[in-house]
Amino acid sequence: MPRSKPARADILALAAQLRARFEAAGARPVETPILQPADTLLDLYGEEIRARAYTATDALRGEQMMRPDFTVPVVQMHMSQGAEPARYTYAGEVFRRQEHDPDRANEYIQVGYEVFDRTDPAQADAEVFSLIAQALDGLPARPATGDIGILKAAVQGLHTTRARKDMLLRHIWRPRRFRTLLDRYAAAARPAPARAALFDAADPFVGAGAEIGLRSRAEIVHRLRELRDEAETPPMSAHELAGIDALLAVRETAPFALQQLRDIAVDLPAITPALDGLESRLTALAGRGIDVDDLEFEASYGRTSMEYYDGFVFGFSVLGRPDLPPVATGGRYDALTRQLGQGAEIPAVGAVLRPGLMLELREAAR
Amino acid sequence: MTLKLGVPSKGRLMEKTFDWFERSGIRLSRSGSDREYAGMVEGIEGVSLVLLSAGEIPRELAAGRIHLGVTGTDLIHEKLARWEQQVEEIQPMGFGDADLILAVPRFWVDVDTLDDLDAAAAGFRAAHGHRLRIATKYHRLVRDFLRDEGVADYMLVDSQGATEGTVKNETAEAIADITSTGETLRANHLKILSDGLILRSQATLWRSRVAPYDTGDRTTLAEFLDRIDG
Repeated sequence: MPRSKPARADILALAAQLRARFEAAGARPVETPILQPADTLLDLYGEEIRARAYTATDALRGEQMMRPDFTVPVVQMHMSQGAEPARYTYAGEVFRRQEHDPDRANEYIQVGYEVFDRTDPAQADAEVFSLIAQALDGLPARPATGDIGILKAAVQGLHTTRARKDMLLRHIWRPRRFRTLLDRYAAAARPAPARAALFDAADPFVGAGAEIGLRSRAEIVHRLRELRDEAETPPMSAHELAGIDALLAVRETAPFALQQLRDIAVDLPAITPALDGLESRLTALAGRGIDVDDLEFEASYGRTSMEYYDGFVFGFSVLGRPDLPPVATGGRYDALTRQLGQGAEIPAVGAVLRPGLMLELREAAR
Repeated sequence: MTLKLGVPSKGRLMEKTFDWFERSGIRLSRSGSDREYAGMVEGIEGVSLVLLSAGEIPRELAAGRIHLGVTGTDLIHEKLARWEQQVEEIQPMGFGDADLILAVPRFWVDVDTLDDLDAAAAGFRAAHGHRLRIATKYHRLVRDFLRDEGVADYMLVDSQGATEGTVKNETAEAIADITSTGETLRANHLKILSDGLILRSQATLWRSRVAPYDTGDRTTLAEFLDRIDG
């Protein structure tokens, strides 16, 4: 099906309407600069951001990025001056570099709604989700939900070393590496002979060449100790591993998903508080008129996007059009406020809509 | 119209390219003085020679300003998004071998694989407050590779030359660069990760899929390809 591009004026008009709708819900409209300092974004997202954001450089300010999203500048603004609780809305262009797919837009309008509120996370989650669902009412879009917090809790509760848990948590957003790590921790693998010899060597640096670079001898000795500790750590229990596998496979309508997860919690009791959170969220959603019996829940949802959502996650995808990007996405990003807050933190949840895509869907429906 | 053949304008790569075509009876030469970037083609009608920097040949092929071009696989993959749609590989030419690899100091006795690199990067970031820096000029290839392999906590720093020296100069902790023999790496106290081969590259003859071909060009192209095959 060919895509007819809506006129920019129409997109802006719809964006203004959506922003007004969010203002009516209690949000304060905010603006952020288009050029963002690159180091904050790089520090947060790593090299991956360079594949996704356009960079501009000048001799005075160095590397800057054309905002790939509003979340980071809005969080920064809130953390530096915001009073609590706070609700913000914004509308404007975001820029995404496209290195692989020429059909994906490299510039489009986003309208967002962000909530910073400590009182009741389940209510805040439900508030954001239901506002987005209302805005999309009548369009052929279907929501899917997930909760990264459940997987995190499962990993934190494993009966294994801190080092292993840290490594797994670090790679929650890289499913392939996460899987490789799990498999390794579950197998009683011996270190390769050359490596085992290194553990026993009186001086592991014999014949290693000149000591160059910033990574110091002490760091290398430290890692060798970690490797030796890891080699001596017994494999992870098959029981717990099966629990993680079962958790990752959960994909059901929300009430059934919760039920399955409660069963899994018998083996992974550490996820129980996160499941209580999911249950409260479902109650809050139902209280706002969302049909939770029909709401899709996927335990792995949101694991391949950029690592900033760490609790509730959701997206609305276009029915029958897997080639199109989601028309709305959102989630909870408590950890992001911690990283940007220089010691402070606040529970935060938000979502963005793509009015351009909404118009395309409206026109296609006609 | 003539069929335009883009060839590296300098050095061993140019000479070897000339030798390679010579075997098919196609004589390429630089006309005029050594400083003038103009060329001649003898032994086949309807082909003209365009001398270019090897780094520009991918772009010229993708823009359709040349029909045929000689350049490394590495440059095509790095510079062209969805390169398969823009150019067609006609033949690897058997010289200009170079591997794009990841290398770390030999002194890092605890790092032999990408898995080690990932763990070292985590520790490095915690200890130094910034990500482990990898110096390269092949940003896209290296980033795609490390994403697929699930390596985190690194960042790329641009290095357009003397990349092997960046670790000693403390502007990077590791490098990703082209190596043919590994001698420069050894001289700079570096070692290649056992699974750190990102791309195997050699000089290759490419055809542009987007350049305009009139009837005459098609006939010439058919003869040209025939000569090369024989």
